Amino acid sequence: MNRESYQGPQGPPPPSASSTATPRASDNAPKMLYNCADCGTENEIKPKEPLRCKECGHRIMYKQRTKRMVQFEAR
Amino acid sequence: MSRKTSKSQSNAERLEQLRTRVVIEKEGVGSTSSSEFPYHSSNHQDIDYIKEFMKKFNVKIIRKEQYDMEFDLIGVDAAIANALRRIMIAEVPTMAIEKVYVYNNTSIVQDEVLAHRLGLLPIKADPDRFHFKHANEPPTDMNTIVFKIEHECTFNPKARDDETDPQKLYLGNNLLSESLIWVPKGDQEEQYASCPLRPVHNDILIVQMRPGQKIKLEAHCEKGIGKDHAKWSPVATASYRLMPEIILKQEITGDLADKFAACFTKGVVEVEEGYIEGQYVKYAKVVNPRIDMVSREALRHKEFEDKVQLTRIRDHFICTHSDNHSTGIMDSEKIFLDSVHILQAKCRRLLTALEHKLREKERNREQMDLS
Repeated sequence: MNRESYQGPQGPPPPSASSTATPRASDNAPKMLYNCADCGTENEIKPKEPLRCKECGHRIMYKQRTKRMVQFEAR
Repeated sequence: MSRKTSKSQSNAERLEQLRTRVVIEKEGVGSTSSSEFPYHSSNHQDIDYIKEFMKKFNVKIIRKEQYDMEFDLIGVDAAIANALRRIMIAEVPTMAIEKVYVYNNTSIVQDEVLAHRLGLLPIKADPDRFHFKHANEPPTDMNTIVFKIEHECTFNPKARDDETDPQKLYLGNNLLSESLIWVPKGDQEEQYASCPLRPVHNDILIVQMRPGQKIKLEAHCEKGIGKDHAKWSPVATASYRLMPEIILKQEITGDLADKFAACFTKGVVEVEEGYIEGQYVKYAKVVNPRIDMVSREALRHKEFEDKVQLTRIRDHFICTHSDNHSTGIMDSEKIFLDSVHILQAKCRRLLTALEHKLREKERNREQMDLS
């Protein structure tokens, strides 16, 4: 089926080609950054992408700390 | 030189000594409890306690330095001196970091530990100008001081390749208290223009870091007291001891004088020369009993047995407090004055409570009479 030719009743076609694919939760989520366990550089890894550091090729990654604020009592 | 030396004490003298002195004996301390209270002696009705107190009471400041202070509190009961000491430690309020909001911390120190370390930093802020923040009360510029830290450690681009000293190899590897940046809220900016709020010391190490590690947080200071948490205690330590007294019942002369002087802390007893009973001899003279550590060494020697008596003056307290962490926060004199005011407030509260109780009792009696 040719998706480009089909015009729905909702309105104009979406602007980018990527959004025409099946929508995923990760599409509008903030980009996920991981730190290489070997060289420490930040890597952006998308779903289904191979786990590999773009700098050194190491295959172990660390998840980054949450960006949310955490409250503590200074006691 | 003439000095009254008597071997035997009269009964009245002995009683007076028991009343006013703590006696240091060979194997222990005697006459420790005070008898200065109403209904103790048979002639208590003749004594005007307030007048007596006013006559005796005295405060002398002996030493005052940046970080500590020594003063004499003369003419009060141990209960009062101890109350003041305890209030200085636990009830004089100061400001300290209480809440820490961590946005990022990739250092090896865990958030909890970091927050705890921040809490212990002394903050230079006059506690009198802030209110206590009660539970569920929102933070305002009157009860909260906000500090922030945004810190990152990096490699030093100028470092030599073979450098091994972390101080030269990295930039910002030590997070010091000077990195705490005050964020003025409300009209704090104008209020504290003359004395910006900051940590007392700028060189307290909070965390050691390595390149790539970041810390970003906000810290809220609140007013509190040492009873709640030691970080609010304005003093590092506050203590007192009783004034030592060395009574020579007989002159100690000759070589014994040297031996006697060696029994005490250096500077307490000096050996001098002069005429005693017509003879030119060396003799021991008590110069500065205040600095004696009261080792009781003199009591161990048989030759001094009848010649010396060691006591402490019961109502002469040598108070010291070193506010080694806090003096920046408060003047050492002010800590003591604050403690006096707090004790006054406590007494006033007790009096009103007693009056209430009495009035209540009277009312009850009236009602009983009516019915």
